[in-house]
Amino acid sequence: MLTSLQRGLRRLEAGFNVAFGAASNPWYQLGALSFFCFWLATVTGIYLFIFFDTSILGAYASVQRITDVQWYLGGVMRSLHRYASGAMVITVTLHLAREFVLGRFRHVRAFSWISGVPLLWLMFAAGIGGYWLVWDGLAQYIAVATSEWIGWLPVFGDGLARNFLTNSALSDRFFSLLVFLHIAIPLFLLLGMFIHIKRIKLARSTPARGLMVGTLTALVVLALVRPATSMAPADLSFTVARVDLDWLFLNVYPLLDTLGPGAVWGLLGGITVGLVVLPWVWPARAAERALELPAVVDPANCNGCSWCFKDCPYEAITMIPHSYKPDLRQAVVDPALCTACGICEGSCPSATPFRNVEELISGIEMPGYPLDRLRQQTAQALACATRDAVFVFGCDRGLDITALAAPDLKVVSLPCIGMLPPSFADYVARQANVSGVMVTGCHPAECFFRKGSEWTQQRFSGERMPHLRTSAGKNKVRIHWAGPHERRALKAAIESFREELQAVSA
Amino acid sequence: MTAVWARYLGQAAAYAAFVGTVGLLAPGPTYQHLAPDLATIKLSLRHAGELVADCHERTAAELAALPPNMRAPQICPRERSPLQLELRLDDERVYAETLPPRGVRKDGRVSVYRRLSVPAGDVRVAVRLKDDVRADGFQFERTGTVTLMPAEVLVIDFDEQAGGFVLRTATKAARPAGSAG
Repeated sequence: MLTSLQRGLRRLEAGFNVAFGAASNPWYQLGALSFFCFWLATVTGIYLFIFFDTSILGAYASVQRITDVQWYLGGVMRSLHRYASGAMVITVTLHLAREFVLGRFRHVRAFSWISGVPLLWLMFAAGIGGYWLVWDGLAQYIAVATSEWIGWLPVFGDGLARNFLTNSALSDRFFSLLVFLHIAIPLFLLLGMFIHIKRIKLARSTPARGLMVGTLTALVVLALVRPATSMAPADLSFTVARVDLDWLFLNVYPLLDTLGPGAVWGLLGGITVGLVVLPWVWPARAAERALELPAVVDPANCNGCSWCFKDCPYEAITMIPHSYKPDLRQAVVDPALCTACGICEGSCPSATPFRNVEELISGIEMPGYPLDRLRQQTAQALACATRDAVFVFGCDRGLDITALAAPDLKVVSLPCIGMLPPSFADYVARQANVSGVMVTGCHPAECFFRKGSEWTQQRFSGERMPHLRTSAGKNKVRIHWAGPHERRALKAAIESFREELQAVSA
Repeated sequence: MTAVWARYLGQAAAYAAFVGTVGLLAPGPTYQHLAPDLATIKLSLRHAGELVADCHERTAAELAALPPNMRAPQICPRERSPLQLELRLDDERVYAETLPPRGVRKDGRVSVYRRLSVPAGDVRVAVRLKDDVRADGFQFERTGTVTLMPAEVLVIDFDEQAGGFVLRTATKAARPAGSAG
């Protein structure tokens, strides 16, 4: 089931790549977009707070003043506050669903997955609390329903709902508490978001500029076209029979009427527990598990250069004094943090096919895909390549390049393109029967292992060690990123590359 | 190669779908929480039952058995009576519950909150409370007829200083048909 969902998702993302370009594809930046929506809600919330009256009698009137009198700014700010929060619910939900579909919730990623679960509660609590402050009919409905819902829990009891029994039962102090909660809960949410990305090196919390501008513009347009308004003022003498519900934040409330508070607690508790235990109850397939074996350091081939330490996207590598080479250091891998991406193997200066050894072993090796296997696969492909062949190094997570193989088009696919040491491209480019080397993989914004494509790009352009050094000419090496459903674009890029090479040789 | 205008069109469609979803759902379709011909009754009180027993003097033997620092001459049980609460609407019993006192020592006040939906119009309310296990019958009782508009809330509260149950509506006080306690 997950595989077909993955295929559908990848196809959808490929369509967005056409419209937005891979660097600004919103599907690749759902987490960062959630951050953006959060900040948007925060900035607009601060503005609204300046004009907001934190009293029972003044709250509604102050919100109306902001909405009607100051419609050109305050009204837009109010609408943006509401819609940015709603947009965050969508981006967060899609972010969660996408990570699940792509299987990015197990093993090392379990920390980010589990730490994201309480953020869902905090996000909804923050949004629901915000609706209370307007103190209109919707706020009244939420206040009464929430107090009845929470009051079902024995620890709170029926006393909570008595706060909303009559208009005179309400106090400004209680309202001040609500305002405090609406500030405190988002602060806890922010802290949780920080923890959520804490174990991710160079985590992206800001979307591409174009995406930010586009999202902000679209939300402003929505705010102008459909400004957020209030219902009639709250009056506890009457039940709010019909409510203009925010189905993004308040979708649980109709369930309270149909299922009752106990069942809703059970449902939400079940979903929460289900999400938390998911990394253990939904194991990876055997083939994936074989590749997930953590990196192993070979002290004999490790010279302590620390390139792998700098490149590891999961901070799984630390440097310690070398076990037996004086004045040198060596890498150490924390298996609990290693995703087995192999980016470290691609960064190792000893991972070069030019070494004259029987078995090629680098300073840091992937047991699931040893460097020697890469050398053997490369040699086998070269052995049967016709003259002027194009050689393609690809990535198992990107486009399936094995289907492109032909006598004049040889392919080797790695678990991650970041695993490819640039010296392999140099080695292949020097072969007499090879006209050029094409390197492909996931788009840098959507590398399954976060930094594989980006680091590869930088290594090949000389911005990151190890650089691509080749006497064959750098014009013989080309990078073209392609998602799983961009076969046509890659084939066109290969043909164009081949024609360029032929023109140069002619 | 996709034309630039087609790319921008694609982006515009994606943004429109995104904010369109937000705009459609927040606020979204109206939700009917209460049927148009119904009103609401909220029965709620916060009250402590009477003590289950009076204070009594310790005997000399009881005092002697205690450590010197604990020889208080009187024992005053803190446990309170459970509340027996009953609500009848148009002579039909719609709620009856015995509510134990809260707390480890069973000396806390009891909070009750129950919400009922009833057809709008005239409704005859009879509510009674027994809060003393040592006394017979119900100590507090209130009956009355209330006319409720659609969506109107009748609050049946308890105010001991005011003499017991209080019926509150938005429009006017309930017409009491008699009260006791």
